[in-house]
Amino acid sequence: MIRYAIPLAIFLGLVAFLAIGLGRDPREIPSPLINRPAPQFQLPQLHQPSKSFAAADMRGKVWLLNVWASWCFSCREEHPLLLKFARSGAIPLYGLNTKDKRADATAWLEELGDPYVLSASDLDGRVSIDFGVYGAPETFLIDRDGVIRFKYVGPLTQELLDSKIIPLARELNK
Amino acid sequence: MADDLELEKRVNSLSLELRCLVCQNETLADSRAGLAVDLRNQIREQMKAGKSDQEIVAYLTARYGDFVLYRPPVRPSTYLLWFGPFVLLLAGLVVLFRYVSQRRGLIASAPLSSQERARAEQLLNSKSEKEIA
Repeated sequence: MIRYAIPLAIFLGLVAFLAIGLGRDPREIPSPLINRPAPQFQLPQLHQPSKSFAAADMRGKVWLLNVWASWCFSCREEHPLLLKFARSGAIPLYGLNTKDKRADATAWLEELGDPYVLSASDLDGRVSIDFGVYGAPETFLIDRDGVIRFKYVGPLTQELLDSKIIPLARELNK
Repeated sequence: MADDLELEKRVNSLSLELRCLVCQNETLADSRAGLAVDLRNQIREQMKAGKSDQEIVAYLTARYGDFVLYRPPVRPSTYLLWFGPFVLLLAGLVVLFRYVSQRRGLIASAPLSSQERARAEQLLNSKSEKEIA
């Protein structure tokens, strides 16, 4: 019996490794910015370029920063959810419009609806790089001291909002 | 002109050591993704501003983590990645070695009795006759 136990044990070990490995997303890159201060930035507002929006403006509030663009296909997927979420007013939602022509971006919001309190124009993508953005849409939850507490790459889901984002925001708002 | 060429060479050689986060199997030098172009431009700018390769790598890893390095750094968290295959190879060789010496032990400790030897010869001879015929 012992003879069979060893290969069986090795096999089971392999199965365990494979099961864990296959369950993960190989494309996901863990962000080094979690629990670090969000990059400081000051950008023109999308709809009112003469006004600016800075990360520092949001001190004292817990807020969501959603990175989006009109050329981003997946952003369309999460858009209805964002509209619904914004209406609920649970957490203030701000947009970071990355590498987009102003006209394209405003037309996109016109067509699909604007869930954001406001969007900032990151025309050359510098600020997005500072946030470690590599695939829009990406969403950051930032706390009252300007520290990034949560980051998600990809279209948001209701499940994610309910299970992670909203509870965390509630914690941070205490 | 020569300066530009030097700069480009430097940008290229550093980009070869970095990963494109979008096309994750490609280096930053090879990838045509928008982000890769932007990051190469960033690298070029920073090099022009006099930053060293190390400083630029630190800038990128602060934002994207170790994954932006094409070669995983050798750290306690990656020891398994770097040394694992050799450990497994060694373990395999040890098992093989023990198996072979165990087998050799078995064979050596049980020489044929004269009866068994006679039977063996009979079998061998009859087999070769069959083959000739």
